[in-house]
Amino acid sequence: MIEFVHVSKTYASVEALHSVDLRVPAGMTTVLIGPSGCGKSSLLRLTIGLIHPSSGHVFFQGNEVVSTTILALRRKMGYVIQEGGLFPHLTARANVALMANYLKWDELEVNRRLQELAELCRLPLAGLDRYPGQLSGGERQRVSLMRALMLDPDVLLFDEPLGALDPMIRADLQTDLKRIFQSLRKTVVLVTHDMGEAVFFGDQIVLLHDGRVVQAGLPDELFQSPAEPFVTAFINAQRPPWTTSHGG
Amino acid sequence: MRAFRQLVLLTLCFAAAPTIPTFAGESAPEVRIGSKQFTESVILGEIVARTVTHAGGRGEHRRELGGTRVLWDALVRGEIDIYPEYTGTLREEIFARRGIRDEAALRRALAGYGVSATQSLGFNNNYALGMKRELCDQLSIHTISDLRGHPDLSFGFSNEFMDRADGWRGLRNRYGLPQRNVFGIHHDLAYRAVAGGQIAVTDLYTTDAEIGYYGLCTLADDLHYFPDYSAIVLYRHDLESRAPQIAVALKQLAGRIDTSEMVRMNRLVKIGKVPESKVAADFLADLHGQGSGIRVESSTEQVYQRTREHLFLVTLSLGAAILVGVPLGIISAKRPVLGQLVLGVTGVIQTIPSLALLVFMIPLLGIGGPPVIVALVLYSLLPIVRNTYAGLNHIPPESRESAEALGLPPGARLRLIELPLASRDILSGIKTSAVINVGSSQKTENKAR
Repeated sequence: MIEFVHVSKTYASVEALHSVDLRVPAGMTTVLIGPSGCGKSSLLRLTIGLIHPSSGHVFFQGNEVVSTTILALRRKMGYVIQEGGLFPHLTARANVALMANYLKWDELEVNRRLQELAELCRLPLAGLDRYPGQLSGGERQRVSLMRALMLDPDVLLFDEPLGALDPMIRADLQTDLKRIFQSLRKTVVLVTHDMGEAVFFGDQIVLLHDGRVVQAGLPDELFQSPAEPFVTAFINAQRPPWTTSHGG
Repeated sequence: MRAFRQLVLLTLCFAAAPTIPTFAGESAPEVRIGSKQFTESVILGEIVARTVTHAGGRGEHRRELGGTRVLWDALVRGEIDIYPEYTGTLREEIFARRGIRDEAALRRALAGYGVSATQSLGFNNNYALGMKRELCDQLSIHTISDLRGHPDLSFGFSNEFMDRADGWRGLRNRYGLPQRNVFGIHHDLAYRAVAGGQIAVTDLYTTDAEIGYYGLCTLADDLHYFPDYSAIVLYRHDLESRAPQIAVALKQLAGRIDTSEMVRMNRLVKIGKVPESKVAADFLADLHGQGSGIRVESSTEQVYQRTREHLFLVTLSLGAAILVGVPLGIISAKRPVLGQLVLGVTGVIQTIPSLALLVFMIPLLGIGGPPVIVALVLYSLLPIVRNTYAGLNHIPPESRESAEALGLPPGARLRLIELPLASRDILSGIKTSAVINVGSSQKTENKAR
């Protein structure tokens, strides 16, 4: 579905990605995880063409992601970022329907899709006519997810979608997201720095460190057969204190 | 979004504005008349303008355009077709170095510039000496020569008249005047001093409104010391071919206004506060007989007319500034290097004094509306450009990237997301511009005249 071939990315003189090779298989959830600055967000931004590789190639469904193809390819991707990135001057409804309206969908069809998505994402219908500033953090993420799903994309890209939410709402949304992923059977790429979240969502987990892929595999493989000491160190650092007191 | 709609609406209003004012009478030849910045010239300008209209033209009077030099240059360049002048001014100021002695020489010099002159309108606006009428009668002084017999009279002259070689000194030598009690006094105070008896004699212009008001008499220049300032009307040669009936009508004004008539009209305007247009209309009505169909523009109409002109200037220039400024602001935000240049240039324009800007533009665009509008557009530009630039740059990066990630092409991103998000800033820039514009339009307009 998505393929990175020898992709490097340099910002000013700092190298964020070193010759990354990675395949994201279709129909399952791939979680990109690693400490801050490891390059996980850069991989998402390369996929949707917000940045371009310094060297190497990015492919989506066999098409290279370059400036000439990017507009068409973006419409097959849904992108959700940490704070939602909703347009403050538009209502939730207008945010979600923006692209469909731009593509001149039939009004009935737009409304039908809005109903369907509000139900799927469990957004109260009254919330649709509010502006982002009038919605709670969790509701904003639900609207953002609806917007990403509106055109029924082939892949969903999440950049720390739950990072800014308090734990209760976060747990609630995690459950909903997983249910949605399972019911839609879409290809999902999710960036997080939380190991628990990675295990909860991930069919495949890709651990990155300093712009390199350290290990990619099933969650169990990372626990059972770590490729490097860093893998174990990263997992242990994330383990909550009450489990370390029992472990040994 | 509401703010953005307002912005769009506002822009559309301004774009449509230039089509609003319409002028009737396409076939009548358009004739522009200028006048100088003093009452008499404005009255004469009004009389000429109404004469032109009466003769079937469309007379447009540009009041108080400036001083002698501005009007002469405008006439020679064809920006105006007609203006009232004085023979003495032409000899002493415009053709000062030519040493023109008689009327034929003056007409030849004018012809060299493609300009014709009517015969004298019938009065002179000369330097003269004036006294209180009772005193004249009491001492039976009627000419300047008569002053020789009264060495103890006190003279108070304007400072200019005291200083000029062709003023008091020359006069004293020519007439052999014996008076010792001579001092300088402000011209405005001189009339009251004469009327109050503090001084006996002062210098004045023969058509000054105050002559009648204070009951003064003017002393005849029996030795012809003062140069002759006959009032004439100058017009471009091409008027003869373009609108012969108008040239004929102008020539017919010759000899129609005598000195007392001009004094009376000056007095009506300056002291009676009657509008120049009314005075001119009444004069022509008398000249052509009653009911000649000359329309009098009342002062309410004048206020209405000026307000309309002002609104038109502001609307047009602000509209143009929006149409130019917003795109410049967008370019500045999208191309940072070019943007610095654009912001720098518009910033520098803002610091140029309006008079200097007009001086630059008058050779390119002439006088009247166009240079004022261009100047106003330039002054209104900076706040709009800067606020558009700032508004676009202040858009949160997550909004900008979300728009990109959705797959909207650049034009749609600008229209649907970026401009609406920047509209609050852009509108406040337009408000600032509007305030600057309204404030400076009157100023700039006056300077251009």
